[in-house]
Amino acid sequence: MQSPDPVIRVRNVSHQFGEVGEARYVHALMDTSIDVARGELLCLIGPSGCGKSTLLNIIGGLTRPTTGTVTVSGKPVRGPMPRDLSFIFQENALFPWNTVFENVLLGMTFQGVARAERQDRARRALEAVGLAAFGDHYPAQLSGGMRQRAALARALSLQTDILLMDEPFGALDEQTRIVLGEDLSVLLSESKKTIVFVTHSLGEAVFLADRVAVFSARPGTIKKVIAVEEPHPRKPAFMTAPKFHALRDELYNLLHDEIRKAMSESSGLPRRYAESGGAQA
Amino acid sequence: MRRTRAGSTGRFWSRVVQLAFLACLLLLWFLATTEWGVNQLLLPNPIAVWDQLLDVVMSGEFVSDLILTLEELAAAFAIAISLGVTLGYLISRSPYLIKVFEPLFAGIYAIPIILFLPLYVLVLGLGPASKVALGATIGFFPIVLNTIAGFGTVDQTLQKAARSMGANGIQMFRYVLFPAALPVMLAGLRIGFTVALLSVIGSETLASLAGLGHRIVNLAESMEMARTFAYIVFVVAIVAVLNTVVSRLEARGRWR
Repeated sequence: MQSPDPVIRVRNVSHQFGEVGEARYVHALMDTSIDVARGELLCLIGPSGCGKSTLLNIIGGLTRPTTGTVTVSGKPVRGPMPRDLSFIFQENALFPWNTVFENVLLGMTFQGVARAERQDRARRALEAVGLAAFGDHYPAQLSGGMRQRAALARALSLQTDILLMDEPFGALDEQTRIVLGEDLSVLLSESKKTIVFVTHSLGEAVFLADRVAVFSARPGTIKKVIAVEEPHPRKPAFMTAPKFHALRDELYNLLHDEIRKAMSESSGLPRRYAESGGAQA
Repeated sequence: MRRTRAGSTGRFWSRVVQLAFLACLLLLWFLATTEWGVNQLLLPNPIAVWDQLLDVVMSGEFVSDLILTLEELAAAFAIAISLGVTLGYLISRSPYLIKVFEPLFAGIYAIPIILFLPLYVLVLGLGPASKVALGATIGFFPIVLNTIAGFGTVDQTLQKAARSMGANGIQMFRYVLFPAALPVMLAGLRIGFTVALLSVIGSETLASLAGLGHRIVNLAESMEMARTFAYIVFVVAIVAVLNTVVSRLEARGRWR
């Protein structure tokens, strides 16, 4: 799993919550290594609780790994690196008391961007996601799809080379999800961002990813990496191509056993294990 | 469009019904004193009450009592806010402290704290100090409980998002924790204000030297029923104005 120009380097990362013997002990991630090349979109896919979101949080410096190292753009990760990478979460990560425009401004405020530049960058980011007319709306006044566009605008305004996306379209309906996926593919072809993308959806993974890392059941680690050799921007026609289906089937076969394993494991455990595992998924 | 119109006509008619209900009560009151021979010592004639009310307002006799009661209320509320918000915020920072103090405060809040008035009077005397202390004690609990709830339940995703964008401690408080907690905290302040007001006026009627509550009891004990009622109406009006102001302020801080 080496690549010529890795912008993210994950080496032998393990993570556990709690200590062995404690009720809340979960061995979430086991000895995982992967490189992410500049400009590539890497999808992380796997059964619930396999540690894929944990790995994303570790890359982003929100969680410290129990063992192992991560470097981003050559620097070891010790905490959030807001100048290098920005996060997009599943939902409700916009501040509900601020308008869409204010939400976009706030990220730049945290980083001390000059006032005039903030306004300008926010306007351009909202234009890029097609929300220029909705700057004065509050998040509650937008549809789920528009809220995620706004979250994307906030991340884009920070002008980081890396985006970490944690099931960003997971709470949306299938149609909206497809449209946002197409837009993301266009963005990728235009901007050369490096993206790590956690998803549950096989179709989404194949449609978006340059490579898909398939996780095993808990304690999770990367079981196999599959390359999707198809240039961005990808058109809706790709979704009906035989290659798409072949890759999707391959992913399904890899995942099927792991999902069975994960489910039988969590059903055999006391309830709180299953719950805490779910929360970390 | 149709829904808004139906909504506003519905609101109009419920206002009419509310006013008609109050008018009926007033009419019953009037008839009870003029037609049905209810003793004027128990229930004075509403017209006599109105005349007394005009006299109270015109003469300015109420001013010193009103100022004292409002001063007691202001002091009680200020103490309740400072203690409630500070302690509530500090407790909300630790899940352990929340687990310890939240049930404790909720439990104490559930007992009628007015029972302690005799102790407060014993220690602080019949003057304003005992009213302020009781009002502050009673107002403290809803404020501290709602401050704990407000700061203790800020959405984890929002905090994570702010952290990932590089928010430092002060920015996290100013742009995330505080605005997230504000609506719940303001609801606590409104309730705290109401119960502080109740306990200040209530304790004035029980054991005091001056204030609106004291005045009402004094008039009742000297059998000046029309003036007693006039003062009650006056206090009700003052309280209604104060509560409206506080509710408006609360609504302005709401974002949901």
